[in-house]
Amino acid sequence: MAVVFTKTQGLTDAQTHYCPGCTHGIAHRIVAEALEELGLVGSAVGIAPVGCSVFAYQYFNCDMLQAPHGRAPAVATGVKRVRPENLVFTYQGDGDLAAIGTAETVHAAARGENITVIFINNAIYGMTGGQMAPTSLPGQVTQTTPNGRDPRIAGFPVRICEMLSTLPGTAYAERVSLDCVKNVRKAKQAVLKAFTYQMQGYGFTIVEMLSACPTNWGLAPTEALAWVRDNMIPYYPLGVFCDRRVER
Amino acid sequence: MARKVLAKGNEALAEAAIAAGCRGFFGYPITPQTDVAAYMARRMPQVGGVYVQAESEIAAVNMVMGAAAAGARALTSSSSPGISLKSETISYLAGCDLPAVIINMQRAGPGLGGIQPSQADYFQATKGLAHGDFHLIVLAPYSVQEMADFMVLAFDLADRYRTPVMLLGDGMLGQMMEPVVFPEPVKTLPEKSWAVTGTKGKRPPNIINSLYIQPDELETLVLERYKRYEAIQREETRFETFFADDAEVLLTAYGSTARIAKSAVLALREKGVKAGLFRPVTLWPFPQEALRQAAAAAEYVLCVEMSMGQMVEDVRLAVNGAKPVHFYGRTGGVVPSPAEIIEQVTRIREGS
Ligand SMILES: Cc1ncc(C[n+]2csc(CCOP(=O)(O)OP(=O)(O)O)c2C)c(N)n1
Ligand code: SF4
Repeated sequence: MAVVFTKTQGLTDAQTHYCPGCTHGIAHRIVAEALEELGLVGSAVGIAPVGCSVFAYQYFNCDMLQAPHGRAPAVATGVKRVRPENLVFTYQGDGDLAAIGTAETVHAAARGENITVIFINNAIYGMTGGQMAPTSLPGQVTQTTPNGRDPRIAGFPVRICEMLSTLPGTAYAERVSLDCVKNVRKAKQAVLKAFTYQMQGYGFTIVEMLSACPTNWGLAPTEALAWVRDNMIPYYPLGVFCDRRVER
Repeated sequence: MARKVLAKGNEALAEAAIAAGCRGFFGYPITPQTDVAAYMARRMPQVGGVYVQAESEIAAVNMVMGAAAAGARALTSSSSPGISLKSETISYLAGCDLPAVIINMQRAGPGLGGIQPSQADYFQATKGLAHGDFHLIVLAPYSVQEMADFMVLAFDLADRYRTPVMLLGDGMLGQMMEPVVFPEPVKTLPEKSWAVTGTKGKRPPNIINSLYIQPDELETLVLERYKRYEAIQREETRFETFFADDAEVLLTAYGSTARIAKSAVLALREKGVKAGLFRPVTLWPFPQEALRQAAAAAEYVLCVEMSMGQMVEDVRLAVNGAKPVHFYGRTGGVVPSPAEIIEQVTRIREGS
């Protein structure tokens, strides 16, 4: 019988702890497949965040380091600066990257730090049980916006790729979505490109993945994917926001 | 033979860090340690090292965490408010068993405080720096020579015990100029098989982490770490005594205040008062037993600090009620003078 799918060598055999229908698992798989396809599993050093994906250090089959909440880009900077030949990536949620770690994110990009950031935007704080994230949508009901996020009180959601693409240090910024097969394929292409750019030394690369959190959104897995499509994509348009191939 | 050169404290420790094999410096400007960073910005590229001016002290210490995890000897330096910002990650360094060196050139607090020398971060350095059960090795130099020597020692201890080490100085030590013999450059650095350097497909992944969801697993690791702390207490406790053998009046002081205390000891001896000094060199581990013994022959102990009284608590614990322990301090930013110390001794004698 023909083998049509095998699990990537980029992941360990550990069973993940993600909820049913959570797209963290898909994101892990495509990042790991990209590492394997580029022959970078042995080179990679990954930085796990604080958030639902904290245990990423058990799942990626490469050297891993667990960073304080929000500080992954700074930790990655330290690794990359002393080991420029390694592929260094962070894997971060929206609370981690766009709230507590905004300064580290923006300045890693501003320095053109030659690292790749995998940014899981699920519009909520997953691990702590569904509080408003900096990326929660206007009107979105969360534990801490029980009547829906009111921008007059809770401000507006942050569009990270748009923001970072204004910085000359950012070589590549693309927003993708994990809501359907076609978009998942595109997401993998984006990761491949980001890693390739890093190995070419072009500078800071980020792939933002619109992701589902069925548990804290209170939706069934398929409903959650539809919610990404119907509510997130309109606010967070997909596409490449910057593509600068400049060797440094 | 090694040559003596005149050097400023901050520059001596920066150059000594390079001799110790430090190739990663990550900082953020703050008085009175900015010249450490300025020196490193110039020197690091010359020795093939890395200098990054971070966006904050938080980012700087996290860069240290990354560089240390990747196996490099990494350093960050700051002053009091900056250390407060670094504290969360210092706890992570301890929890991940990562060797790294942090310099605190203390300035007056609390809050923005002042930029003058201070010793008001003793509690922070030795007791409550951040969350969780952990210790830092804290080295307290009192001369430019010790600033240089302890820098090398700090990196060696950090690697040997896989622990963060703090060099606790103050603005006075950083700015003072003295003759110094620079340490020989370290030739071979210890192997770090645990570092995250990429598996190269040759070994299972290395994981550096401080999260242990299972309470008993976490407890086992903390207990193991405390075994290492016991070894540090046994092997690495350091102190100096100065006319302490026959001292009736035993002063205790560390860092730059110990220099002033030494002047006071000599002046008191000239007046016929048998004074001596006990100077803790490691603040953690605190030289408890040595101080207990040194105090045994004295009439009383007088602890002098540039703070409202922080080390004095450890002095009291060491002396454990066997002798009266007095305190004299000026708040951070105001340097006590030998004359003030002598006056204190006279007052205590007169019982006032
Ligand atoms: C300094 C600090 N503050 C707060 C927390 C608690 N905390 C853990 S995870 C988390 C939010 C993570 O949310 P996000 O980054 O969106 O990732 P997700 O869980 O949704 O994947 C918070 C606030 C922490 N661990 N450390
Ligand atoms: S809480 Fe949300 S983000 Fe976290 S694992 Fe469950 S579904 Fe995924």
